This record gives sequence, structure tokens and C-alpha cells, in this order.
Amino acid sequence: MSRIVGIDLGTTNSLVAYVDERTGLPVVIPDRDGRRLLPSIVGFTPDGVLVGEAARRQLARRPADTVYSVKRLMGRGWEDVKDELRYFPFRVLPGEGVVRLAVGGREVTPPEVSAIVLRTLKERAETHFGEPVEKAVVTVPAYFNDSQRQATKDAGRIAGLDVVRIVNEPTAASLAYGLHRLGQGVIAVYDLGGGTFDISILRVKDGIFEVLATNGDTHLGGDDFDRVLMLWLLEDVQARHHRELDRDCVELARDGEAMQELRLAAEAAKIRLSTEIERLLEPLVSRTLGPCRQALADAGLTPSDIDQVVLVGGSTRVPLVRRRVQELFGKAPHSQLNPDEVVALGAAVQAQILAGGIKDMLLLDVTPLSLGIETLGGIVSILIPRNTTIPTSAREMFTTSVDGQTVVDMHVVQGERELARDNRSLARFELRGIDPMPAGMPKIEVTFLIDANGILQVQAREQRTGKAASIEVKPTYGLSDADVERMVEESFAYAEADVEARLLIEVRNEADTVLTHVERAFRQAGALLGAEERKAIEAAVAALRRARAGDDRDAIRERTSELNHATEHLAEMMMEAALKGALDTKRADEIMGRGSSREQ
Amino acid sequence: MSDFFEVFGLERRLAIDVAALQRRFYELSRRWHPDFHQAAAPAEQARALEESARVNAAYRALRDPLARVEYLIRLEEGRATREGAVVNPKAPPALLAEMFEIQEALEARGDSLDDGTRATLTVQRDALRARMAEAEAQIAGPLSRAWDAAAAADRPAALAALKDALATRAYLRTVIDDLANALGEGTEETHVANRRD
Repeated sequence: MSRIVGIDLGTTNSLVAYVDERTGLPVVIPDRDGRRLLPSIVGFTPDGVLVGEAARRQLARRPADTVYSVKRLMGRGWEDVKDELRYFPFRVLPGEGVVRLAVGGREVTPPEVSAIVLRTLKERAETHFGEPVEKAVVTVPAYFNDSQRQATKDAGRIAGLDVVRIVNEPTAASLAYGLHRLGQGVIAVYDLGGGTFDISILRVKDGIFEVLATNGDTHLGGDDFDRVLMLWLLEDVQARHHRELDRDCVELARDGEAMQELRLAAEAAKIRLSTEIERLLEPLVSRTLGPCRQALADAGLTPSDIDQVVLVGGSTRVPLVRRRVQELFGKAPHSQLNPDEVVALGAAVQAQILAGGIKDMLLLDVTPLSLGIETLGGIVSILIPRNTTIPTSAREMFTTSVDGQTVVDMHVVQGERELARDNRSLARFELRGIDPMPAGMPKIEVTFLIDANGILQVQAREQRTGKAASIEVKPTYGLSDADVERMVEESFAYAEADVEARLLIEVRNEADTVLTHVERAFRQAGALLGAEERKAIEAAVAALRRARAGDDRDAIRERTSELNHATEHLAEMMMEAALKGALDTKRADEIMGRGSSREQ
Repeated sequence: MSDFFEVFGLERRLAIDVAALQRRFYELSRRWHPDFHQAAAPAEQARALEESARVNAAYRALRDPLARVEYLIRLEEGRATREGAVVNPKAPPALLAEMFEIQEALEARGDSLDDGTRATLTVQRDALRARMAEAEAQIAGPLSRAWDAAAAADRPAALAALKDALATRAYLRTVIDDLANALGEGTEETHVANRRD
């Protein structure tokens, strides 16, 4: 069995992790600079594609070409998201089916954007292991529907990853905690991330993690907190400057740059909490409590039956969230594991189970939404109720209503409402090749199977003949196989161009960093150097500047390394001075009775 | 194909040791869950998927005493698929007058309830809830035991008694849901899946 990594493809940040064979514990794979979180941001520039921190840095400068929070658009249609589009600085094209974005002069779908993030994580893992990585477990919010799960799987395929399992984020988190022997009993996992909210109730016993019920909101998270704060800041600006500002921020929304500055400021303000901010966030936090109560009811439990509560997701750092959760369940929640990393760690554990490396743990998850078919009058007939343990299947008989009919239609929906039109349309299936017979004679048995990924598979069989009936699937908000194939090919073409562009950007960045350091050191300590040495450094700086202006990567890298070499002595001098300075500071701190190591 | 009782190696009886059922469910899950067959040949993977789906369906049907009775009725009546309801809601004759009264109050209420009506409806709803709990206890208790103890010839009668009790319970459930809705206690969406009828 080849290596399988665990990936948390988050709204705000993404991570890749694996289980270390020696310790048996999951660990996050950092990038070359030691960063563990990869911001789920993709920038489309004329020079190529930027991912993560680099894309984040250009967010304020190139808002229209920088895509963030794309997870909110996965598996959705334009109709679903049109109300929140004005908050996004990038352009989303109206149309049927899958959402399409117009960025950097090209048209992309959310799975393609997510694929860029996944490919970056794949490369990060490959650099770490020094070998190709082709398989991954990828996490999704537990409340994701079939289309959203399928879109995530498609993203993997486009990135060249075989997504061997889609795992629900809260249950993945419980696996990570389970490994730390949190104990047995009934656990509630409250997962409030950047864009989505999930609650899952599990029974943990003898290594089996049995999900009893799950609920949530795939459109509620830290992004909404930021948005509320952003609007509040706008009002504040209006009050201060006595300026007419549209509350719906249409004007400012057009000014993408200002909006991004504001969004980042809101994100920062959220972290420095105040009572005023709590008042603003209260309605959003309250919205998480309804799903919690519903999940408890579905599990047939009351809050006092819950033995432990686990917090997952960066937004659970907000003290108000912790208080509300504690009030609801009547016990202090756990948050020992880093809420930003715990899902990726759990994904790594699930990957290790699938690879055969862990044999005593098993996750039994459920389908979050009821699956049904539309019947006469647009009423839904439920085939698989929500919170059914997966994999699961249901059989249903279909027949014809007109003499000689050879095709039967089925409309499959997901959701809890009585009318088909109020639920999520998954797909229309056409059963073809039925032998012409009087109405009602053909008996076609259709099996609806939800696999361990929570993804629907449909099979049909004509009962009299036992012949498999052919099915044509028309996903309502999904990509066809042909679409995905095309995107896989395109991604290779782009990938090559992208890699070239990215490597150039990277060496330029490296050159900039060195230049900045050298110039500062030169200002501070240049006078202490001999004339000879000063001249050599000045020449090396000039040479690097010339190289940096060009496109030759190797030349930039060589000039950078020459400048590094020329400044070795200077760097040593600076280091000594810094050490001496640090010691002096420490002494001063000690004298004044302050700990120098403690932050703030 | 084996029935759900046979999946767990059980006789066709309504009295089930739920703790033992759970242990057996975990054992069978470890045996068949696709997680443990990831590296197997495609045919074996397909088998694991099918078996595991069957184990899950069997556990769901048997772990809850009422779902178990519904499954038994299907099995005894020879209905393989879960098409259609096992029973149709039926008002218990003893309650007919009371039910009409409630329905009338619900229809006449218009958009808002005055405090008096609200209080009356709340009392009625609580009484119906108690009655439904009683019906459930009857089904899971004496009526289930009666079917288990009945000789082959008496089983149809015991089954009919179970069906009757289920129909009453389904009816109570519908009225309680209507009352809860009228009192504004229903969630913003109707959870079809929640209904056992």
C-alpha cells in the first residue's frame, strides 16, 4: 500500500499531515519556512498562479484576481451564492450549474481553485518525503451534501490526487483526540471553522467511533464574524467622517482594495475581543445552538448525557463561543489540541487506518441529510433518513406510466423538507433501454447506495430479465466526468507555466529578503568594515539588482548566493552585536523584575 | 438473502439484548467496513461495501424497539423493500371526540393564538404526549412479549394488535406535531425524517 496523507482543505487555511511510523502519532508537514498553515488563497497574476501566503499578500493589491474562501462556493450554483457575491471582490459569472469565477483573464470553477491549494500541499508532502504522494484522505464539513463532497473529490482528481476517502471534519477531530486517549463515552464535537459549522455527537467505545447524529450549517463561520465586524467598522468610519456611506457597502464593495483592507482589519479586531464585539457576534453564535439541540434530539440524548465536549476550528477561540457551548452542555469544553490542526491530524489517522497501519480504530459515520426522490405532486419520498450509518443502501421499484415507455426519470434530492423544490437537487437520473411493454409492467429495481464517503451511487436492474439498466446521470451542480478530465489536462499545462512563474517569484523574493537585510546591516555596521570589503559588498548588491530585473532564475540565485558570501563577515559582526544586545536587555529586564521570555 | 435478525445470528423475536446487539454490530463492522478492505481486489471491495451496508441497515432496524416492530411486520407480511408505510395513522375510537375538538380549535385559530387557547392547547399537547409514551410502552412491552410468546396459530392476532397500536401512535404523533406547530414550537423546517409514522 502506498503512502496516504491526510489533508484538511479549509475555508481559511489548509494543512497536510501524516502519521509518523516511529511514534505512531500524526504530525503536520510544514513548508520549507516552517509554516504549517497554508492560507487557502489563490492569486491569479499575469506571471502565473500564487498560492497561500504569497497570494494573501497580494489580496489588498489585486482583489479582483485573488480568490479566498472558495470552499463556500464548492458544489453550489449561482442562485445559491448570489446574495453574498457582493462581499467577494472577485467576479462570479451568472449561469446554470456549477459556479464559475472570472479571474486573471481566465474562467475557473471552485474545484479547480481548490485543486491549486491541494497541489501545493501535495508538493509540500512530496518535498518532505522525497517521493511522489498520490493518495489522500481529504476532510469536509459533516453537513456537506453530495454535490459538495463530489466537488471536493473532483478537486483532488484535478490536483493529481486519488482521494481515497472523504472524512467529516468533526469526526476526524474525534479520531485525533481518540488517539490521545481522551476516554470512552459520548462526545460532542463542536466545529466552527472559517466558513462552516458542524456539530457531531459520537459514542466512543472499544476503539469504535460511532457517530450518533450530526447537524450544522455550511454557511456559518468566522467569515461571517468578519463580515459583521466589517459592517460595524464601516458605520464607525461613517460616524467619524460624517460621510454618506451606503450601509450595504455597495460603493466600498466596488473599491475592492479598501474592502480587503477593511476585511483584514476586521479579522484583526475579532481577535482583540471586546464586549461591543460580543454584542455584534451574539446572533451568529446563537445560530449554532439550534443545530446542537437538533443533533441531541436526533441522537435521543439530552445535554447531560454528553460526557465530553471538544472544540474544533479557529473560530472556537472566540471566548463568547466557548461560553455558549459550556452553557449548553453544562461542562467545560476540551481544546488541548490546536483547533487549527486537529482536523488534519485526524485525517492523517484515518489515512493510516486505510493504509492498514492502525487496526484497532474504526470510524462509523452517518449521512447528514435525508436522501429522497421526487414523487407525484413534487412531494419527497425519503429513501435514506439523515443520520443513517454509512455505507447504507435502499432499494426502490420503478415502473412505467405509459404503454411502450422506454425511459424512466428520477429526480434525487437531499434535505429535510417535504417538497422537492425546497430541498437540494442532486441529480436527475434517466433509466434507459426499457423494453416497450404495457404501462406498469416493467419492474426496475433501483439501488441507492451511499458509500463511506457520503457520496451517492445508483444502480438499476430490470427485475424480470435481471438485466442491468443503463443510467444517465445529470448532476445539478456537479462537473461531468468529461469536465473533470479536461480540467486535469489543463491543470498540467497551467501547472508547468505556474511552476516556472512561481520559482521565479520565489528566487526574487529570496533576493529581496537578502537585499533588505544587507542594506540594513550596512547602514548600521558598514562603517566598521574595511574599504575593500565595503566595495565588494556594494558591487555584489549592484550585481544582484541587475539580475533581479531580469527573468533568469539561475542568475538571480547565483548573485544572491554571491552577495551572501560577500557579507559573511558583516553577518557575523551583526550576530555578535545582536547577542550582546539581547544579553544586555535580559540583564536590564531582570534588574527591573520582569521576565524577558514571557510574551506581553 | 438472510433477514436482519439472521444478520446478527438472532431468532425472530422482539425481545433483544440491546447491549449484546451493539457488541455484535461492532464486531460485524470490524469484519466488513470498507476501511479494512481498501487494498483488496475490486470484487472483494464491492462485497465489503454491500455487507457493511446490510449490517448498518440491520442494526438501524433492530436497535430501536418501535423500528424493530415495524421491521417485523414487514418481514411477516413478506414486503422486502421499505416502500410505503407499515401502518396508516388511525384515531383511537376512545379519543375521537377529543381529537375533533383539538382539530376544530386548530382550524379556528387564525394567525395568532390568544393566551387562553394557547394554555388549553399546551395542556392538551402534554396530555397527548403522555398518551403517546404510554402507547410506545405498550408496544415495546406487553404487546411485543405477547408476540414472542404466541404459538404459531396465534401470531397473526398478536401481529394485528401490534399494528393497531402502531397506527394509534402514528396518529397521536401527527396531532402532537400539528399542535406543536400551532404553538410555534416547530422548527422552521419540517423534519420528515424525524417522523416514525
